[in-house]
Amino acid sequence: MTDLQQDFEATIAADHRIEPRDWLPEGYRKTMIRQIAQHAHSEIIGMQPEGNWITRAPSLRRKAILLAKVQDEAGHGLYLYSAAETLGADRGDLTEMLISGRQKYSSIFNYPTLTFADVGVIGWLVDGAAICNQVPLCRSSYGPYARAMIRICKEESFHQRQGYELLLTLMRGTQAQRDMVQDAVNRWWWPSLMMFGPPDDASPNTAQSMAWKIKRHTNDELRQRFVDMSVPQAEKLGVTFPDPDLKWNAEREHYDFGPIDWSELKRVISGDGPCNAERIENRRRAHEDGDWVREAAIAHAAKNSRKAAVA
Amino acid sequence: MSRNSWPLYEVFVRGKRGLNHVHVGSLHAADDEMAVRHARDLYTRRNEGVSIWVVKAADITASSPDEKDPFFEPSGDKVYRHPTFYEIPDDVPHM
Repeated sequence: MTDLQQDFEATIAADHRIEPRDWLPEGYRKTMIRQIAQHAHSEIIGMQPEGNWITRAPSLRRKAILLAKVQDEAGHGLYLYSAAETLGADRGDLTEMLISGRQKYSSIFNYPTLTFADVGVIGWLVDGAAICNQVPLCRSSYGPYARAMIRICKEESFHQRQGYELLLTLMRGTQAQRDMVQDAVNRWWWPSLMMFGPPDDASPNTAQSMAWKIKRHTNDELRQRFVDMSVPQAEKLGVTFPDPDLKWNAEREHYDFGPIDWSELKRVISGDGPCNAERIENRRRAHEDGDWVREAAIAHAAKNSRKAAVA
Repeated sequence: MSRNSWPLYEVFVRGKRGLNHVHVGSLHAADDEMAVRHARDLYTRRNEGVSIWVVKAADITASSPDEKDPFFEPSGDKVYRHPTFYEIPDDVPHM
């Protein structure tokens, strides 16, 4: 082992943070860039399912909240791209990788938002699952990522609470509104459980990621934590989850739940979800439509600096 | 598709009066003024700051991480710079 590698291992072992410009094993750099980029892409693509409802939000209050939330998702994407750049990734390359499908984003955003109740359920379950995943990442061994995650987690709390409050409001409404909430819960529950990734025995990178302290808990641990948190919240709300096997196990002191259809996750990840093509096409078009703006801004900046040089 | 990439800026925010500016992250902007505006939108959406500095990342000079120990060594062996270096009897007041 070289001195540099020893320094790296010692920093990880002492639970200190790795910082930009430290020497890193190539595998750590690659894994970190992939993890951060995939997370950033998820935030950016994640603007679309909810953005779909901004113009049709039922009140000015809900519209303002939804706008702020979608703006936060954009912000989270940018914090994360910024963290990826400290590892030597190029922002333009990352966007290209997303548009060309060479890097992935969370499969959850390939499902459609059919009713306004979906906005609430995304806040409650999808952002709730994201928080479960993300809170331990605030202690990631890579400093810039950990710091971005702290900022993101603070803001996600608003996302989850606005969603749950939205659903509470609907549940106090008409029977049709309560049915709408239950329907949305039925559609989002299983995809939310899939957000934690494949089961531990089918997750080959977990061991290395845990050793590098860029992952703090396994997929199944976090999934169980999420189920345990969500059941009492569902009871309070007055909805059920679409799983006949979901019940308290006094011996384990956890909720048992039914088998997850992993073939669905595989299908959606490999491009065959309900909205994959649309999500990427929207992102590609937004990027290409913005090209002349980026070009004009550069030309304007160049002209101003020439003027300043002459004066 | 042409590549019109904007330079990278590092962003520093003063959380409130009485505190230093602290590094919060980076962003891309075409020029300095746009960088300040983007920094406001990105890093102070919830009253996190009262003042923002931006500087092109390329203009920052940093110590090299490879020489971190030798570079900071001069202060390592000067324990007499710390107040705890000096033994004062316990019954001396206000010291």
